[in-house]
Amino acid sequence: MLAARGLAVARGGRPVLEGLSFAVPPGGALVLRGPNGVGKTSLLRTLAGLAPPWAGTLQAPDAAYAGHLDGAKPALTVQENLLFWARLHGRPLDPSLLDAFALAPLRDRPAGTLSAGQGRRLALARLAATGRPLLLLDEPLAALDRASADRLLLWLRAHLAGGGLAVLAVHGDLALDAPALDLAPHAADPLGAEAAFL
Amino acid sequence: MRAVLLRDLRLSLRQGGGFGLSLAFFLLVVALVPFGAGPDLGPLAAVAPGILWVAAILATLLSLDRLWALDMEDGSLPLLATAPLPLESAALAKAAAHWLATGLPLALAAAPLGLLLGLPPAAMAPLALSLLLGTPALSLIGAFAAALVLGLRRGGPLLPLLLLPLYLPTLLLGAEAARRAAEGEPALAPFALLAAVTLLSAAAMPFAAAWAVRVNLR
Repeated sequence: MLAARGLAVARGGRPVLEGLSFAVPPGGALVLRGPNGVGKTSLLRTLAGLAPPWAGTLQAPDAAYAGHLDGAKPALTVQENLLFWARLHGRPLDPSLLDAFALAPLRDRPAGTLSAGQGRRLALARLAATGRPLLLLDEPLAALDRASADRLLLWLRAHLAGGGLAVLAVHGDLALDAPALDLAPHAADPLGAEAAFL
Repeated sequence: MRAVLLRDLRLSLRQGGGFGLSLAFFLLVVALVPFGAGPDLGPLAAVAPGILWVAAILATLLSLDRLWALDMEDGSLPLLATAPLPLESAALAKAAAHWLATGLPLALAAAPLGLLLGLPPAAMAPLALSLLLGTPALSLIGAFAAALVLGLRRGGPLLPLLLLPLYLPTLLLGAEAARRAAEGEPALAPFALLAAVTLLSAAAMPFAAAWAVRVNLR
């Protein structure tokens, strides 16, 4: 269960979003919408536990967060990269993951030689390898071709069907049956925050 | 913890940069000093332990800024910070990997290199011992300093300035222990204090480094 009440989120010591209340039950997903810079990434980082909530309460299960960067070591092979993240989370590497993200043919390629889309698939497979219930995906569809996006959705639906949760920040259309949360109305007023400080 | 240690070791071996560069730099400094200091071995032998220690510190500095920065640049740090492994343990594993890739080879190479500086054979074992005892502290303190400058765009140049005062106790004790042992004076006190510095660093620095990483990730 992911639940937030009156949550406010800060970036660089300034609140960017406030008054967020939502609940995502196991098996559910939430899609974050809003213009660039509204605070989607800041919210995802707070949900991941990387930054403390600015205000309000947050109850979140163990999460795995993927930012804009792929988080792969260029000198290690695809398999070694995935194996590391699985081991770090105390799990064996599920071989079907390589197939789910179409990485099996690239298994022994150093991650530094992958294309942008292939690197993105590795980044998403890395999250899957952690086995964490809550997935926080920041623009997961960026650089993915149509087939890869379909593959991701297929895997994501299976993850949700297994009782997992997901919060996604996306701009484009997403063929996923999930409620959307528009962040624009929740943007914190920077002047208001300043006035409160003074 | 083993996973982080093995990954960092594998990376430093595969990417060059860390492992090879530090050792090559160390060799270069120690090989060049006799040419700069002239042919008289007498005064050189007297300062040889000090020269080897200074060279070891400079060589360690060379690879320190990559300790956390690489993970920050490629985006693996957030996932590492939220992993079930406490970040403190990850910091300890990273410092250990850094030591195995730089400090240990330096300590092993120092004694034979001492020959170039006219170091008497009897002084080789104590010199290697002082480096073995002291270089772990360099990696541990360095892991903290490297985490501190993580948020800066060009943190690398700041690192030596930050580390200069932090490395002084290790350098003083290490060079003194090696010098005293080389000259046949009682050296138990500096060796014991050097070990104390390393143990204290091992106890405190992982926490300090993890704290600095968390602050920089916010």
